Amino acid sequence: MTDDATADLTAALDAVWRSEGGRVVAALAAMTGDVAAAEDLAQEAVAAALAQWPESGIPRNPGAWLTAVGKRRAIDAWRREAAFDDRVRTLIADAERAEPVDDPGTVVVDREPIDDDLLRLLFTACHPVLTREAQIALTLRAVGGLSSEAIARMFLVPTATVQARITRAKKSLTAAHVPFETPPRDQWADRLGGVLRVIYLIFTEGYAPTSGTAVVAPDTAAEALRVGRILAALVPDEPEVQALVALMEFQASRFAARVAADGSAVLLEDQDRRRWDRGQITRGRDRLARATALGGGRGSYALQAAIAQEHAVAASVAQTDWPAVVGFYDELLALTGSPVVALNRAIAVAMTGDVERALADVDAVASSKNLLDSPLVPSVRGELLQRSGRFDEARAAFEDAAARSANERRRAVLLAKAAQIPWGP
Amino acid sequence: MKYMLIMRVTEAAVAAAEDVPFEEIINKMGRYNEELVTAGVLLAGDGLSDAAEGFVVDFSADDPIVTDGPYGEIHELFNGFWMIQVASKEEAVHWARRCPLGPGTKLEVRRVTDESDFEEFADNEYIQKQAGWREELGQ
Repeated sequence: MTDDATADLTAALDAVWRSEGGRVVAALAAMTGDVAAAEDLAQEAVAAALAQWPESGIPRNPGAWLTAVGKRRAIDAWRREAAFDDRVRTLIADAERAEPVDDPGTVVVDREPIDDDLLRLLFTACHPVLTREAQIALTLRAVGGLSSEAIARMFLVPTATVQARITRAKKSLTAAHVPFETPPRDQWADRLGGVLRVIYLIFTEGYAPTSGTAVVAPDTAAEALRVGRILAALVPDEPEVQALVALMEFQASRFAARVAADGSAVLLEDQDRRRWDRGQITRGRDRLARATALGGGRGSYALQAAIAQEHAVAASVAQTDWPAVVGFYDELLALTGSPVVALNRAIAVAMTGDVERALADVDAVASSKNLLDSPLVPSVRGELLQRSGRFDEARAAFEDAAARSANERRRAVLLAKAAQIPWGP
Repeated sequence: MKYMLIMRVTEAAVAAAEDVPFEEIINKMGRYNEELVTAGVLLAGDGLSDAAEGFVVDFSADDPIVTDGPYGEIHELFNGFWMIQVASKEEAVHWARRCPLGPGTKLEVRRVTDESDFEEFADNEYIQKQAGWREELGQ
């Protein structure tokens, strides 16, 4: 095979894996009851594809082909172990009855059980025994079908770090005997919340990268949105799932307008709203309406989505329904008690015209332990102080915020704000 | 990246499909659509009704001429479309290949332009207005 042909096949296989990898791993995990083993079997199947597809061409249903090869490998491994107890004999018989593995191209895939398996895989990847980093890496790799290299690029860490996280994650799942299942009913709400948190963490890394120089990382956000849409398709009746996807659609709709020609960040109030992606906003509105119709609309993601929707439908900052925004923040604050929410609420209060009340609200949260080192408090104080004409204090606040910011672009924005404030009375 | 999958069928294929129970076609397409949804890639899609219900506007003359469909000289009918969001051309190829179509049908797959395609013309008044139009049209 020529180098070009190899490159083409690798690219095609990458695309297949992104699209079908999650289902392949899920099906293999359902067979073996073990996500770690399923991941390894899936990688063997990919290696087999690289060896065979140059001769045979890409099969009509490549996901089914990979699954069938992975299952064959699992059976071979069981046979090698030679511990032919009845349980293994039954498993092999079942597997062989279900899959005519000698001709994987003709395998008819029964979708629904596989969708259940995919949901199990998502719950397992986000299992609470795993660290947050491990949950993120495993979700993107096992469910999203991304390579360790691609994940490493997204989070600006070495590939070896991602590989180590995944290896540790697999060991932790095995050590904790985490079953391959959707959680029992009494844990369902909690565990689903954990999955949503992981997806949203991935999204925010794309929306506002915590390190490096980029203002947005659209590809990272797109992966989160894709996994979110997958989850929404698997559990279509969960309002907070629909609401999270709505929130991500609204926020992603602003990506083009959030970055200036020179690569610097553009704040919401300065964005050219004509550049917001209207198709994406429409999809967000449909999702949020669905969440509300399902009896949701008052959960944390639904409230955040409702706020984002107010911005998305407003023609300008001035025409935004700020009292409605404050109302949603009130509910969100009551629900979460988060100081970050309190800060955002204070900004909305200032936008209704009551800057002094907003400043008092900011000072009330400034002492919160969680925000001590964050650039958030001083940057919000800077905005409000500037608005009320207290220029020297505003400049000092922006400089303070810049000193606390780890993202170079955001630091530059804050310093520019400080520099633009007029001197003296 | 957004891609449009455009389904084209020959009239012979349309005639042949009349022998297949319509529910079977609906089920096959339904399963495919469901796959696109559960893969998180489907943005929009629809089928088109019988070409006889449509019409054709011909711009060959100074005054456009409107005639009833189908457009006789066309051998392949545009019969439906999907809009998908994917990360690469290869991924679009993957999903296009999975489409449950048979002999006499083709998928034409085209990347949908976005803002980056018009960067050179960013100052053009109508390019600037376009996003505003999209808003009014609710797209």
